[in-house]
Amino acid sequence: MEKHEMQYKAVRFNLNGKDVEKIVDVRASLTDMLRNDFRMTSVKKGCEVGECGACNVLIDGEAFNSCIYLAVWADGKHIRTLEGLLGPNGELSDIQQAFVEEAAIQCGFCTPGFILTSVEILESGREYTDEELRKLLSGHLCRCTGYENILRAVKKTMYRRLGRPMPQ
Amino acid sequence: MYDMKALYEVESVQNAVELRLAHPEAQIIAGGSDVLVQMREGKRAGKELISIYGLDELRGITLDEEENLRIGSLTSFSHITRDPLIQKYCNVLGEAVDQVGGPQVRNIGTIGGNTCNGVTSADSASTLHAYEAVVELTGPGGVRRLPIHEFYIKAGKVDLREGEIQTAILIPKASYENTFGHYVKYAMRNAMDIATLGTSVNVRLSADKKTVERCRIAFGVAGPVPMRAERAESAANGQPLSVELAETFAKTVLEDINPRDSWRASKAFRQHIAVESAKRAFLESAKLAGGVL
Repeated sequence: MEKHEMQYKAVRFNLNGKDVEKIVDVRASLTDMLRNDFRMTSVKKGCEVGECGACNVLIDGEAFNSCIYLAVWADGKHIRTLEGLLGPNGELSDIQQAFVEEAAIQCGFCTPGFILTSVEILESGREYTDEELRKLLSGHLCRCTGYENILRAVKKTMYRRLGRPMPQ
Repeated sequence: MYDMKALYEVESVQNAVELRLAHPEAQIIAGGSDVLVQMREGKRAGKELISIYGLDELRGITLDEEENLRIGSLTSFSHITRDPLIQKYCNVLGEAVDQVGGPQVRNIGTIGGNTCNGVTSADSASTLHAYEAVVELTGPGGVRRLPIHEFYIKAGKVDLREGEIQTAILIPKASYENTFGHYVKYAMRNAMDIATLGTSVNVRLSADKKTVERCRIAFGVAGPVPMRAERAESAANGQPLSVELAETFAKTVLEDINPRDSWRASKAFRQHIAVESAKRAFLESAKLAGGVL
């Protein structure tokens, strides 16, 4: 195999509200960097080809599969992972609590990805129909097939944040 | 880690041209939802990449001085769908790209990447053909513009020359003015699937809404590259609007298209859904244009 020079680059970005800097191998995916350099182990390695959504993170408020995103592209961005949702003393956020209440978790592997997409949905401040929510959540696979419970958890939190009772 | 030989990140369009000339073997990467996946598969393993992803000047949608819609090549699918100019003048394009993959893919995938990879199933491609879009390429000799049907050479091959990158896609005012369109994606599932067939129709009606002044139809996966169905268009142009016209128009597409047998669907099945999709998309477009049926 042909040998070539290792190539590194300094990346500065904001991770869960904190400015950080790292020298990364340019071949790294954002998943690689978040897990290996920052110990953000909520970012799961699933399919690694952008199909399952387990590695989903929020970049400047939008959901991205970090497995098909170059680590060097993080430069200058605001990135949020599940770890960033916890309160100062490790309290769960409302959407995490709703996942617990609705038993929207079985093995838990898809959960961080689903929750971060839910955060993007909830932060829009809009009310969505069930059909719209299903479409917005469709970039995630749950192999324990807990989709109905997940949908309920998101819907419940959406109505709580809107300050309205959930329609029956 | 991706199996990548080297990464060159461009700082401007001019710099992209220089890097393209300096590294002719390198693969351009925009959002990477095709290139990085192919790299993982081993298809593009060991390649050099030229990343243009950081070029914010290639993002966004504007009207140029001639009121053509100008879509920067790095504009993501989700930003196209949400854009007020797209919603006002070419809503069907926003609807079509809202059916690509899933939400995260639509946040990273770009319209430039969707067209430059030259695949027939691209959800943007049929609508861009049906609106006679113009591709803008910037290279060592400056800017070159060509109609999108000339941009596609063959499956997986587009007319992107030495040193060039695609910088914008334009939708001419003459195509979108007073025109309404509808896209039908036929796939096995609603998300994370590739079109078995994509059908995009748009219609302009006369002032009294009774005559089809101008009709356009284009397909993805009806041939090796996206294609217009011009015989079908001729069958509808200038004709009184009716359900019978929709049926005649839809049957005529079989004279234009050339789908193949693949593991996704047989040729016969694709022909069948082409006729049905053409009819539905035509009727929906005519309704959006204010036609009464």
